[in-house]
Amino acid sequence: MADFEPKIPKDRFRPAEIDSAKSEEINKPSLTFWQDAWMRVRKNKGALVSLIVMALLIIMAFLGPVISGKEFDTQNVRHNNLPPKIQGLENISWLPFDGVKVNKAGKEIDMYEVKKVDEYYWFGTDTLGRDLFTRVWKGTQISLYIALLAAVIDMIIGVAYGAISGYYGGRLDNVMQRITEILVGIPTMIVVILMILVLKPGIISITVALTVTGWVGMARVVRAQTLKLKEQEFVLASKTLGNSDGKIISKHLLPNLAGVIIINTMFTIPNAVFFEAFLSFIGLGLQDPYASLGTLIDEGFKVLRLHPHEMIIPAVIISVIMITFNMLADGLRDALDPKMRD
Amino acid sequence: MAKYLLKRVLYMLLTLFIIASLTFFLMKIIPGTPFASANKLSPAQLEIMKAKYGLDQPVPVQYAKYIGNLLQGDLGVSFQFNNRSVTDMIVGRLGPSAQLGAQAMILGTIVGILLGIFAALRQNTWVDYSSTFIAVLGKSIPNFVFAGLLQYYVGVKLGWFPVLFWRGFEYTILPTIALSMLPIAIAARFMRTEMIEVLGSDYIMLAKAKGASFFEIAFKHALRNALIPLVTVLGPLAISLMTGSLVIEKIFAIPGLGEQFVASITLNDYPVIMGTTILFAALFVFIILVVDILYGIIDPRIRLSGGSK
Repeated sequence: MADFEPKIPKDRFRPAEIDSAKSEEINKPSLTFWQDAWMRVRKNKGALVSLIVMALLIIMAFLGPVISGKEFDTQNVRHNNLPPKIQGLENISWLPFDGVKVNKAGKEIDMYEVKKVDEYYWFGTDTLGRDLFTRVWKGTQISLYIALLAAVIDMIIGVAYGAISGYYGGRLDNVMQRITEILVGIPTMIVVILMILVLKPGIISITVALTVTGWVGMARVVRAQTLKLKEQEFVLASKTLGNSDGKIISKHLLPNLAGVIIINTMFTIPNAVFFEAFLSFIGLGLQDPYASLGTLIDEGFKVLRLHPHEMIIPAVIISVIMITFNMLADGLRDALDPKMRD
Repeated sequence: MAKYLLKRVLYMLLTLFIIASLTFFLMKIIPGTPFASANKLSPAQLEIMKAKYGLDQPVPVQYAKYIGNLLQGDLGVSFQFNNRSVTDMIVGRLGPSAQLGAQAMILGTIVGILLGIFAALRQNTWVDYSSTFIAVLGKSIPNFVFAGLLQYYVGVKLGWFPVLFWRGFEYTILPTIALSMLPIAIAARFMRTEMIEVLGSDYIMLAKAKGASFFEIAFKHALRNALIPLVTVLGPLAISLMTGSLVIEKIFAIPGLGEQFVASITLNDYPVIMGTTILFAALFVFIILVVDILYGIIDPRIRLSGGSK
């Protein structure tokens, strides 16, 4: 230690000035709630990566079907069950994109040569020779639509129901609460399955079923928060100044609820996405020729032993979607409400 | 407590009644006929069939009869499987489903709790990160994807376990693992949070100060208090297992309730659909009630107001 004693000349030291006028000075710009939250999201690597991956997925979902140059429902039985093959990647032996399939005897065969196919199917083809690349991204569009739908239902019906119920209280609240209590008691899955039996299976019936059941959780959370907030002074002040109830709810309560609403929505979305895939998998979802990731997995599952790519590719995509939504939800929860952090 | 209990049970009954009625009326407006190969029947034969099952009577009469039978535990007879009683069909299917659910629940909570404990004890190390990662995967990857891949890689490629059917303990291993992913994820996340909170409290500090060993602190002192709130997630967990069993039983060809439910939907077998729906709903509502009451008993600070939560 002694060897390293620094030699700094005494005259470089100066007593600090104590100025009482400056002690209260704030030397960092104060951040708004949203700036603060964004800063915390950026620090969370998982959430940030998820955000980027999600952006890529969204771009691919809309760009994919266009750049593949093939229709999602064009059947070409001569080209059926082809393994994936991508230009440029086909010569890299460890990547599964060389159009080669291992047959039962363990021998590698180039299916593209056997079937004399000159085209490239980036994700291969299915049993009817439809291009899987186009179908997978079409299916991703469905998942994204469900995600958007779940978010909108949560934000509109759930928030409005909860805010009105909590704000007005009294008999109205009582009636509205009884309704949600009963709805909470009914398993969502059962309502959805019954709704789908009545309407035809397809995207519309899934939409209706989600609309009926999707908002209850949000309504309860928003109501509980509204009950707390409406007792606070700023609401009383606004009321005293003569603002209408609608204005108090939309201008004063909702901004304060924004964090809770976003967190809740973010947790509803992966559930809804899973639900659509789940229903499609048991045959209650989209019907042929339309594809969602769930139906693609269902179709691929039937030929899993022979043509594993037909299940694995959509399975990877849906897993990535679910993981990114969940990680982003966790990140946002930590950023918007540090108290709820686990 | 008694008043609360009464109120909750009344709600439970009301919910069940609404579900039963809803199921009945929805079934009435479903397109398609309930009979196998109906297009081969002449109109006269159809009339006879309808009369046999009481489908020619006005809807209110059918409804009253249905509710009356339901109260006696009679769920009607299947339209598709030689007039077998639905109650019998369900009872015959309960065993595999219950066993699968129980095994997945036990495996899931034990593994999840252990993962959560180790994550909390080694906070912000690779143990913590990998446990969190497993939890995220378990929550994110759809169970049917996981089950399908498990069946393919472990069952078919490696050949370690039987792939299909339900003929003994080794047949239950893959479906149990597939179904326990979500319980593992939920229990691990929850346990980690609770353990971190408990480990920061004063009495743990005291235990450390008096020289208790690492494992004594973790399992004797901290675990007990951290376990209590886990009761709250048991309800949602049991329900997710019920939902999950639908696809898992389909994938592994297990003769359980879920497999029958999925099959009856494709076959338009109304009474079976109705019966299973009502049974699922009853179980669901019952589990929620039991969990709420348990939680009130374990932690008296949570007063059973049943209000905003």
